Amino acid sequence: MARAAVSGGLKARRAWRPARLVERWPETATASTLVLDVPGWPGHQAGQHVDVRLTADDGYQAARSYSLAAPADGERIEITVQEVPDGEVSSYLAEDAASGDAVEVRGPVGGWFVWRPEVSGPVLLVAGGSGVVPLMAMIRARDGISRAPFRLIYSMRTPQDRIFDRELRRRANENSGLEVSFIYTRTASEDETRPVGRITADDLVSHGWAAELKPTVYVCGPTGFVESVSDLLVGLGHNPGRIKTERFGPSGP
Amino acid sequence: MVAVSIFTRGFRGRRRDSGRQLPPGQYLTEDFPVLSAGPTPRIPLDAWEFTVTTEQSESYRWSWTELMALPAESITTDIHCVTRWSKLDTPWRGVSLDTLLGDVETSADFAMAHSYGGYSTNLPLEDLLDGKAWVAYEYDGEELAPEHGGPARLLVPHLYFWKSAKWVRGIELMDQDSPGFWEQLGYHDYGDPWREQRYQGD
Repeated sequence: MARAAVSGGLKARRAWRPARLVERWPETATASTLVLDVPGWPGHQAGQHVDVRLTADDGYQAARSYSLAAPADGERIEITVQEVPDGEVSSYLAEDAASGDAVEVRGPVGGWFVWRPEVSGPVLLVAGGSGVVPLMAMIRARDGISRAPFRLIYSMRTPQDRIFDRELRRRANENSGLEVSFIYTRTASEDETRPVGRITADDLVSHGWAAELKPTVYVCGPTGFVESVSDLLVGLGHNPGRIKTERFGPSGP
Repeated sequence: MVAVSIFTRGFRGRRRDSGRQLPPGQYLTEDFPVLSAGPTPRIPLDAWEFTVTTEQSESYRWSWTELMALPAESITTDIHCVTRWSKLDTPWRGVSLDTLLGDVETSADFAMAHSYGGYSTNLPLEDLLDGKAWVAYEYDGEELAPEHGGPARLLVPHLYFWKSAKWVRGIELMDQDSPGFWEQLGYHDYGDPWREQRYQGD
C-alpha cells in the first residue's frame, strides 16, 4: 500500500489549517505565485496539491485544489494560481488577496502524480499552460538532491504565457541534467524555428526520451492536451503504466 | 456546520444558485471535466468483455453483443467529483448492475471494480444493487467517448465519481474489503459526497 512520506500522520494531513499570505508576485499577466505561511505544515512531495479554502464574512465558503509549486520551506508553501475567467477562488487569490490575509489550507493531497528524488531513472515532463506548476515542483525538488536526467517540454500559446520563464532558462543553462523545450501553439518569438502549432509526435521524439530508456513521464495540462500527449506517447511505444497524468478542465479552479 | 473562526478579508464569493442543494464543498459546472491517472485505453468492441468473478472464483462473462442485448435503462442523475465539481442532470444509458448480478451466486459483501488500463476501485456490494449502479455506454444520446470511460464505465452516482470506474471490465466480489487505486493513495474508502468523504479519515 502506498504511503505518503510526510510526517504528522493522517490526522495532520486532513486538518484545515489557518494560513496567511506572506507574499505574491505575478508570473504572467494571468498567473501569480503566492507564498503562504502554514503553521504545522507536515511537508509534501513534488507533484502533490493542496486544498485552499476561503470564507466570506457571512460564513460562505469556497475551496479549490492547487498544485504546490515548490518544496516546502519549513512552514512556507508556494502555489502558482492561473486566473480562470470568472473564477471564484482564483480571482480572489490572484487579485484581491494581500499580505497577511487569512485563508485555510489542507493537505498535502494526492499520492500518484508525484516524483520521488530517490528514483533515479530519466524523467520526461510535458506541460500544457499552467500544467507546468506541479512539474516545476519536481524540477525544484530535484535541485542538488538528484542527478536523474530531466526533460521538460512546455507548450503554451505565446511566449508571454511562460510561467517561471527566467528560472527555467537559468536552470536549463546550468548543465545540471535538465533540458527545457518550449512549444508555442499561437505565436512564437522571432528566433523560434519551429512553426507554431500543437505538440506533435515529432516534438516528443526530438525533445523527450526514447521509450526504450523507460522514462517516467508526467503530463499535466488541460484535458485535450493531456489526452493528445498521452495518446502520442503510447503510440511512440511508451508503457502506459509509466505515464502519469493530471488534467484540469476549463471549468477548473 | 462547524464554527468558522477564519475569515478571508474581502472575499465575497460568486455564488451560483442552481435552485438545488449541492453536496458540501462542491461547485457547479456546465462542462464535463476529465480526471484520470494515465493515458486513455482504447478497447475494440469485439475484444471487450465484462466479467463478474465471485469469491468462489466463479466467473460470469458478457461480450459487447451480449451486453447490448440486455435490457437498458435511461438514467438522469447528478454527479459529484472529488475535485469539487458537480454536474446536474447528466443523461446516461446503460445496464443496471441488478440485471448483471441478478443470477450471480455469492455471499460476498464487497466489490472491486476493475478497468482496462489497470484502474480499480472498491465499493460495498450493496452500493451496486437496488437501482444504484449501472454499466453505462451512452452519454447524452451518444456512445460514451473514450476520455469519459467508453466504451463502457461504471456509473455509481451516489458516490464521488472516482467510484464510477471508467473503461470497466469487471467486478470482483470479495468477502473482505480491500482498497482500490485512489483508495490506496489516501482517498476515502467509501466516498459519500453528502458526508464529504474525500480523504481517508473524513
